[in-house]
Amino acid sequence: MTEALVTLDDVSVTLGGQSIVDHVQLTVSRGDIITVIGPNGAGKTTLIKAILGLQSISSGRIRRTPGLRLGYVPQHIHFQPTLPLTVKRFMALTGASPANCRAALERTAVNHLYESSIHHLSGGETQRVLIARALVRQPDLLVLDEPAQGVDVNGQAELYELIRELRDSLDCGVIMISHDLHLVMAATDKVLCLNQHVCCSGYPEQISHDPAFVELFGRHVADSVAIYHHHHNHDHNLHGDVVDNAQTETCHHHASH
Amino acid sequence: MPPIDSVLDDFFWRALIGGLGVALVAGPLGCFVVWRRMAYFGDTLAHSALLGVALGTLLQIQLSLGIAVVCIGLALLLVILSRNRSLATDTLLGILAHSALAIGLVTLSFMPDVRLDLTGYLFGDLLAISRTDLAWIYGGAAVVLALLGWLWRGLLMSTIHEELAKAEGLPVERLRLGLMLMFSLVIAVAMKIVGVLLITALLIIPAATARRLASSPERMVGLAMIGGMIAVGGGLSLSWFFDSPAGPSIVVSAFLLFLLVYGLVREQRHG
Repeated sequence: MTEALVTLDDVSVTLGGQSIVDHVQLTVSRGDIITVIGPNGAGKTTLIKAILGLQSISSGRIRRTPGLRLGYVPQHIHFQPTLPLTVKRFMALTGASPANCRAALERTAVNHLYESSIHHLSGGETQRVLIARALVRQPDLLVLDEPAQGVDVNGQAELYELIRELRDSLDCGVIMISHDLHLVMAATDKVLCLNQHVCCSGYPEQISHDPAFVELFGRHVADSVAIYHHHHNHDHNLHGDVVDNAQTETCHHHASH
Repeated sequence: MPPIDSVLDDFFWRALIGGLGVALVAGPLGCFVVWRRMAYFGDTLAHSALLGVALGTLLQIQLSLGIAVVCIGLALLLVILSRNRSLATDTLLGILAHSALAIGLVTLSFMPDVRLDLTGYLFGDLLAISRTDLAWIYGGAAVVLALLGWLWRGLLMSTIHEELAKAEGLPVERLRLGLMLMFSLVIAVAMKIVGVLLITALLIIPAATARRLASSPERMVGLAMIGGMIAVGGGLSLSWFFDSPAGPSIVVSAFLLFLLVYGLVREQRHG
């Protein structure tokens, strides 16, 4: 049994009378890579902010392992241009030694930017610096909000590969938000499909056949994602589990859907 | 150089020493005003200082203490009111800034026994600075600088990205309160130098000037301190030779320095 890092028990978030996150049940364990997908306004960012403790929840419970160290890579980071800041100084603010900072930047392949101003980085470079900053703190749980945003297609695949590598070397759990279904399906262990409530969750191979997934993203998208996985063994997936739609944890949609 | 005691007998030296003390704390605090886009917030707190003068006079306590108390009260009120999102922050600040100033003026007018030099409070009265004022300035500066040094990493991190800082376990709300407390103290001691209406200028202008030259936050703070001190020296000289009002002269010097730096120094490639 893997160690559960964060457990969400029937968590709801209501903002201004509007339900943003609706009765979500979720466990992130050490070694997991969970990707949250869903349409705009589905409450994805709110959900991970609740996990981080940045968003207070309206009901339910969030249990975090005592002493849980969080690494957070936010979605849009706007560095105030009035504040002069180099990558070096930004990394040093974690309290880590210069050697460790450089090692972390090396792992995300941006060591050459050590002395650069943080204001002159490209989108992809900023993401890699932010990931390096998260990992220099040796997190138990890495939380990423659309890490591939502003990164070109080749860069995206590399980024997901990097996240997998970090999961293995840090032995941490990962939860992230993504929009790119194809990459998610290829690079994730487990997918959580959110539309306020959890529509469906499970391994990518299962989820692309899930009626709730098909309903949310449309037949066309679901088929294209499924096609993408045709090289997989359809009787047994990579996890060794038998692929069977009945095994996905699907909630029943409300009558309004 | 004459012995320190006789130096303090001279109003000009007292003004210079007091002004330099204020520039020392205005530098780092001014940087936070610039970084956190709090210029309007600083202005609001400064405007309420007049109410502090009224309170101090009424209760017959040190005016700096009265000002600090009112500023802290207003800062807390702002934190509470800004949670209610029905009004935009700048509207809220505009209401409070001018209401506080007006209430201060009205309250002072109700105290017939008090003969107040209103111009002195609005634009500063640096040349009338007393030894007690000097003690308040340097006491306040010591407290603020010690607090800044202690909270530096957290303050800087929560300024760069508040949510990232919070996710990393920094107490961002308490840090913000600490910063407001320091603002209140600085306004209380700086008021004597440049007055209610010009305090924000003394905070922002040296910091903005320093931005052009700095490649790290710490260097920006150091340069803002130096810039503020140059402005104080320049302003007092202006006042000495041309008999211009000291507070506004300091702000004018700070502005000239700003123009000079932005005219001569090209934008930094690094930093």
